Amino acid sequence: MSEIFSPIAVPAAKPAQVASEGAATRAILIGIAVAFLALFLVLPLFAVFTQAFSKGIGAFLDAFREPDAWSAIRLTLTVAVIAVPFNVVFGLAASWAIAKFEFPGKSLLITLIDLPFSVSPVVSGMIYVLLFGSQGLFGSWLIDHGIQILFALPGIVLATVFVTFPFVARELIPLMQEQGTAEEEAALTLGASGLHAFRTVTLPNIRWGLLYSVLLCNARAMGEFGAVSVVSGHIRGLTNTIPLHVEILYNEYNFVAAFAVASLLAVLALITLVLKSVLEWRFAGELAHGRAH
Amino acid sequence: MNSRTAGRTDGPLDRPSTAIRVENVSKTFDTAAVLHDLSLDVRAGELIGLLGPSGSGKTTLLRIIAGLDAPDRGRILFGDDDATGLAVQERAVGFVFQHYALFKHMSVADNIAYGLNARRRADRPVKAEIKRRVGDLLDLIRLSGFGDRYPSQLSGGQRQRVALARALAVEPRVLLLDEPFGALDAQVRKDLRRWLREIHDRTGQTTIFVTHDQDEALELSDRVAVLDRGRLEQVGTPDEVQEHPASATVMKFLGDSVEVEAIAEGGRVLVRGRETPVVAPAGTIGPVKLYVRPWQLQLAEPESAHLSGTVRSSYRTQGRQRIEVVDAEGRVLAVEDFDGVRYAAGHPVGLRINGGHVFG
Amino acid sequence: MVETPRPKTSLLRTFRRPSVIPGFGISFGYTLTCLGLIVLLPLAGLVAKASGLGLSGIWEVATDPRVASALRISFGVSALAALVASAFGFLVAWVLTRYRFPGRKLVDAAVDLPFALPTAVAGIALASLYAPDGLLGAPLARLGIQVAYTPVGIFIAMVFIGLPFAVRTVQPLIAEIDKEIEEASATLGATRLVTLTKVVLPPLIPAVLTGFALAFARGVGEYGSIIFIAGNLPYVSEIAPLLIVIKLSEFDYGGAAAIATIMLGISFLTLLAINLIQAWSRRRFGYV
Repeated sequence: MSEIFSPIAVPAAKPAQVASEGAATRAILIGIAVAFLALFLVLPLFAVFTQAFSKGIGAFLDAFREPDAWSAIRLTLTVAVIAVPFNVVFGLAASWAIAKFEFPGKSLLITLIDLPFSVSPVVSGMIYVLLFGSQGLFGSWLIDHGIQILFALPGIVLATVFVTFPFVARELIPLMQEQGTAEEEAALTLGASGLHAFRTVTLPNIRWGLLYSVLLCNARAMGEFGAVSVVSGHIRGLTNTIPLHVEILYNEYNFVAAFAVASLLAVLALITLVLKSVLEWRFAGELAHGRAH
Repeated sequence: MNSRTAGRTDGPLDRPSTAIRVENVSKTFDTAAVLHDLSLDVRAGELIGLLGPSGSGKTTLLRIIAGLDAPDRGRILFGDDDATGLAVQERAVGFVFQHYALFKHMSVADNIAYGLNARRRADRPVKAEIKRRVGDLLDLIRLSGFGDRYPSQLSGGQRQRVALARALAVEPRVLLLDEPFGALDAQVRKDLRRWLREIHDRTGQTTIFVTHDQDEALELSDRVAVLDRGRLEQVGTPDEVQEHPASATVMKFLGDSVEVEAIAEGGRVLVRGRETPVVAPAGTIGPVKLYVRPWQLQLAEPESAHLSGTVRSSYRTQGRQRIEVVDAEGRVLAVEDFDGVRYAAGHPVGLRINGGHVFG
Repeated sequence: MVETPRPKTSLLRTFRRPSVIPGFGISFGYTLTCLGLIVLLPLAGLVAKASGLGLSGIWEVATDPRVASALRISFGVSALAALVASAFGFLVAWVLTRYRFPGRKLVDAAVDLPFALPTAVAGIALASLYAPDGLLGAPLARLGIQVAYTPVGIFIAMVFIGLPFAVRTVQPLIAEIDKEIEEASATLGATRLVTLTKVVLPPLIPAVLTGFALAFARGVGEYGSIIFIAGNLPYVSEIAPLLIVIKLSEFDYGGAAAIATIMLGISFLTLLAINLIQAWSRRRFGYV
């Protein structure tokens, strides 16, 4: 391990590494990479916590004495509780249909499912404004019938579902494709019904991939800002999620409170990262490979 | 040749009731025809090998019997019952997949018990009974004490045996094995072959297995069904298909052979005007192709030889001398001889034909 | 004799290859329904709105000086940021897959931070770091470099969110490089530098380009992590997504739809480019 930093200590018996750089070059490259990551990625995270506690723990806690903070937390949890299970059911259905069967147009279907990832968050929210806004396609009909979608929970849930739509499906599709259909066929020859085979064979085989995708889906659902910001209407105590509440506090120059609430999301991100890494280290063989979000 | 021929004269062959009947089955995948109007009877209690090169349709036939694929035309009968419309779950077959398809997340015992646990509550044996059955099967596959292991902790051969036990646990009407030894190395293959034969002799379970390996099919099967490009070329005992191949395809697939130009004339077969001991099929007259196995060729003096050429190389293998002779057209003729005389490369030799087959 | 049960030939059966695995109809139907209602229908609404404006209408919005400037900033800065993210991303991917050093796994996990950290949180954190009195902003200001409220701030935020794309696209390919190829090159007398530039790098270029395109597309659409640090001065540091939000709040749905259409169009071209790169790479190298 330490050989990188003390080239003289390399045991003589070790064969020369022709397929690598010299120890000094390696040390320099590692140094640059780590320094870059520390500066660009880790420092901002660090800043969230230092700012949150910059006026002491009392000021930090004050941010959570506000009822608006709690209503934002409640709303964010509500949205996640609806959006994540929805995406799990959708992801299971989509991956079952796509991975276990052969039909024409499959890659087009996968591309369409991936589509929300290539749409700007702001545009993701905007498309619902165009449909349900007062000037939108269904706007007057909704007003006539007294149905509120925009600037209310349904709109926020829809926008969140849209931006997290591909998460579960795109993890499970390659995973199920890798696993093929042999085990399900074996279960069927042994007399199991389709549902029994799904429950006892398919689900256990994809459990870690499913958990992995739920983690990422949940992190995005709770943290989504752009799309939700467009559809929420920023009504304090009513339609503000945690990220929107952070924005309002920040724009009011209430920095400590903004960072205190933001630190909640930062902790969520850290937990997500830790669990995700644990899954990757322990169950690498049971996750889909070649992922790039 | 092996022990079974002696020990099984009063075996299942004496009660040839049909267990499975494949009737005029055709199957097309996308646009490629895989099976052409294929019919085959499998007798109760027999061990039958479906032998054919890859792409011959043998695995598809096995999957159609299991109900994993549906035929485009034709029927599958189990005994006298039409099973064509039966779902795979209702067919009570034991299928051993080529790569075993063991449930990775379940212990060996849970894998074996899967089919019993999947039954509706009314038909499901009680826990103690399932446990006893699993224990018996673990004994049968000689893996007692391995019940708590997981598939990833087993060797290839052990996994293969677990897959077999899992299939046997549901007491299937027929055991279907897809390339059962395909994924194993040579020594394990040999042991498992012998062991599968023993299990079969003990249980009398009707068994169909698919293989592309001639030795495996010939060593293991009561009867061999040779498939080629979706058609059944021949069905018969290993001796029958070897001694009386029904077609050039069967002949070529079962081992090395040399094609020789010959003339058929009144039941005799002549090569370069010299008579051979080969009998031509009735009614075959004129130029024919004579197929000769390496051991049916013998080095001979030029005056009594049917063929001639020069020695390219000679080497010994498993007690036999194998000589490769190149004839005037540049074809390589393999000769197996016990003679023991070493010939230098380039030495001119004559070859006598001691046997062979001509197909009508 | 009983009539032979014929295999059912419904539309579904002719559409997909027959299989004993059950549940195709329900899972496929549910997938299409969700996809249609959540994704395709709303996006079609956008297309409808934009086509209502016509090409001339979209052109008119695009040539509005403020819009044109916002688009220029979004696309220009994003291209620059993606370039930097690709370069450092490659270095990080190389170091993480090729070298063993203490804390490597931790560093590897940290690469995904921008995926996990909500954009708004990243946004205010970057803003406070690079503010003129911030931890990094203060020393930079002494050097005469102002980051916050300028395009430099936008650039930094875009590098932050683009970096994981750059790393994660090349990383698996670096891991797959067969060491024997490098050893073969060395036995043939090549120096390490020659081996790297002639043998190792060329097959990685498509992946680097893909990573660049992904980071670029993400940067163009990014909103949350930018608006706090950018200061949002029209003609200076105002990005296109923000302009959409402004137009929407003014109920100018047409203007918002026009900007969105332009952005989607360019993103679509980027996506197309990725696919072409990958198709080319498959032909050339046999893998993506």
